[in-house]
Amino acid sequence: MKEDPGFYDYWPYHNRPKIEWPNGAKLAFWVAPNIEFYELNPPANPQRAAWPQPYPALPGYTIRDYGNRVGHQRQMELLDKYGIRGSISLSTALCDHHPEIIERCAERDWEFFSHGIYNTRYTYGMSEAQEREMIRDSIETIYKHTGQKCAGYLAPALSHSELTLDLFAEVGSELFGDEAGIYTCDLFHDDQPTPINLRSGKRFVSIPYSLEMNDTIAYVVNKIEPRRYGQQIKDNFDRLYQEGDESGTIMCIPTHNYQVSCPHRMKAFEEALEYITGHSDVWVTTGREIAEYFMANYYDVALQDIAARGEVV
Amino acid sequence: MALDDSYLQYPERSYGMDHKRYDWSMLSDRKAVAWPEQKTLALWINVNLQFYPLNQQGVPFKVPGGMTMPYPDLRHYSLRDYGNRVGLFRVLKALDQYKLKPTFAVNTRLAERTPYLMALLKERGDEILCHGYHMDALHYGGQPREQEAELVKRALGGLRDLSGQNVSGWLSPAKNESEHTPELLVENGIGYFCDWVNDDLPYAFRTESGPLVAMPLSTELDDRFILQNNQHSEASYVEQMQDACDFLIDEAGRQGGRILSLTIHPWLLGQPHRIAYLERALAYIAARPEVWSASASEIMDCWQSQQ
Repeated sequence: MKEDPGFYDYWPYHNRPKIEWPNGAKLAFWVAPNIEFYELNPPANPQRAAWPQPYPALPGYTIRDYGNRVGHQRQMELLDKYGIRGSISLSTALCDHHPEIIERCAERDWEFFSHGIYNTRYTYGMSEAQEREMIRDSIETIYKHTGQKCAGYLAPALSHSELTLDLFAEVGSELFGDEAGIYTCDLFHDDQPTPINLRSGKRFVSIPYSLEMNDTIAYVVNKIEPRRYGQQIKDNFDRLYQEGDESGTIMCIPTHNYQVSCPHRMKAFEEALEYITGHSDVWVTTGREIAEYFMANYYDVALQDIAARGEVV
Repeated sequence: MALDDSYLQYPERSYGMDHKRYDWSMLSDRKAVAWPEQKTLALWINVNLQFYPLNQQGVPFKVPGGMTMPYPDLRHYSLRDYGNRVGLFRVLKALDQYKLKPTFAVNTRLAERTPYLMALLKERGDEILCHGYHMDALHYGGQPREQEAELVKRALGGLRDLSGQNVSGWLSPAKNESEHTPELLVENGIGYFCDWVNDDLPYAFRTESGPLVAMPLSTELDDRFILQNNQHSEASYVEQMQDACDFLIDEAGRQGGRILSLTIHPWLLGQPHRIAYLERALAYIAARPEVWSASASEIMDCWQSQQ
């Protein structure tokens, strides 16, 4: 075990090279719906139990099923209304189980990125070969069902190994060269993109995904009220938008159809989306588009700046 | 040592669910449902009448809302009892004031212990569904089938005798089940159950013993979940009920009838400092002309007649 994952160097949010998003936008805004499949009876993982009760663990399983049966359509209609294309963090087995959801998202040109096969299969305990195989399966499944070359990764149930980011980048390159395996959502250290050090040396970037704005963190972990969540989203936006004058920022709302799409939570979420998209100079975009734009325009400048900071004693 | 390779095998990875209990379908794709008199939102008020034994065994877990302290946990025992003695009467007054129809989910052990309460419920004539034997009599995975069969039989037989109703609805304590619960319920004459919180409309549920209907009783809108589990304020509870009501009426206007299911625990909302908030939520909902206040069975029957 290491003291530090070694993905990035300290890069203070202070006098960084200025980022300007397309058309002079100050803030890049993206919504990342997690579309997940949790198994009712998954195999046991020695390091993490999927459910708190013995099989059949209905409370957790059934509300997540609600997300797919009921919640998905609600959130999709809401994002349509505000002109937002989702960037889907996908349990890729959902392509097999619920292709109707995949088709609707594909019709809207939403992005699909890998969130593993099932959210009840953890990376913990996998050998390098096993994790590589799981990641390959997920990227190939997305390609087979949508024709998209998976750009991003969020490990299933945020379960990682030391090699997760390396393996994702490498498998992406093996399958589709530089078009796949280019960004991660697994790190929460920044409000701007960060170049990531990988063993392969591949150009790879961390895109802010925000655990704090995540509806499941808000509702299940922090247990906050729907309208307070809506207010937090607006407050998060206000400050990032203001700071975008100095250098472009990123705001992400990660969602789950079994949380944000419950009837008593839709109003607060809608008001927040209406507020954000009602501002000018907001680039409403996807994870891949942010990653590609950053890599094309700011990646090298960022690397130079990070290296220079390391030289200051 | 690495995981066994079976961890990367996915035997249920195919169209539909990863089990055979029901068909996969999206709510928005189903045929629109119409409620009586052009109403669009069915209001199902589920009042839980519970008995939490002082000598809680906690097998296989301590039921949420139950005893947490070393025996004898008088604080939780008596505070839950408060709901049946005092809180319920405030709740009933509020429901009657707004002419809203409750369905009572009753622990059979409570019915055995409180003939006065059962006489009162009989006189009111509202639907009674079985909420299991008591809150510590959990149904759970790995439970011996014979033991659970006896439990279901005792709970349903007792409640049918004491209520005078045929009791066709079931709500497991803590919405927890074993792998056999649906079969045992059908074998004991149950027509619908409320444990699977995966939909906003009823749907057909398969068992090896015959068909069952799953009725959507929201946990997320349950007063215990909001006030006790999430520790939200009473004012926020009212907002959440209002926002849910508005949202569902709007969606119903576009996609067909919806159900707003509210679970009320008299030991929580029946407290003097909370009852006014329940009244406020009920007043808001009752004032909406789209709302059809009905019992669980009436809602289910109306839905079933359109399938």
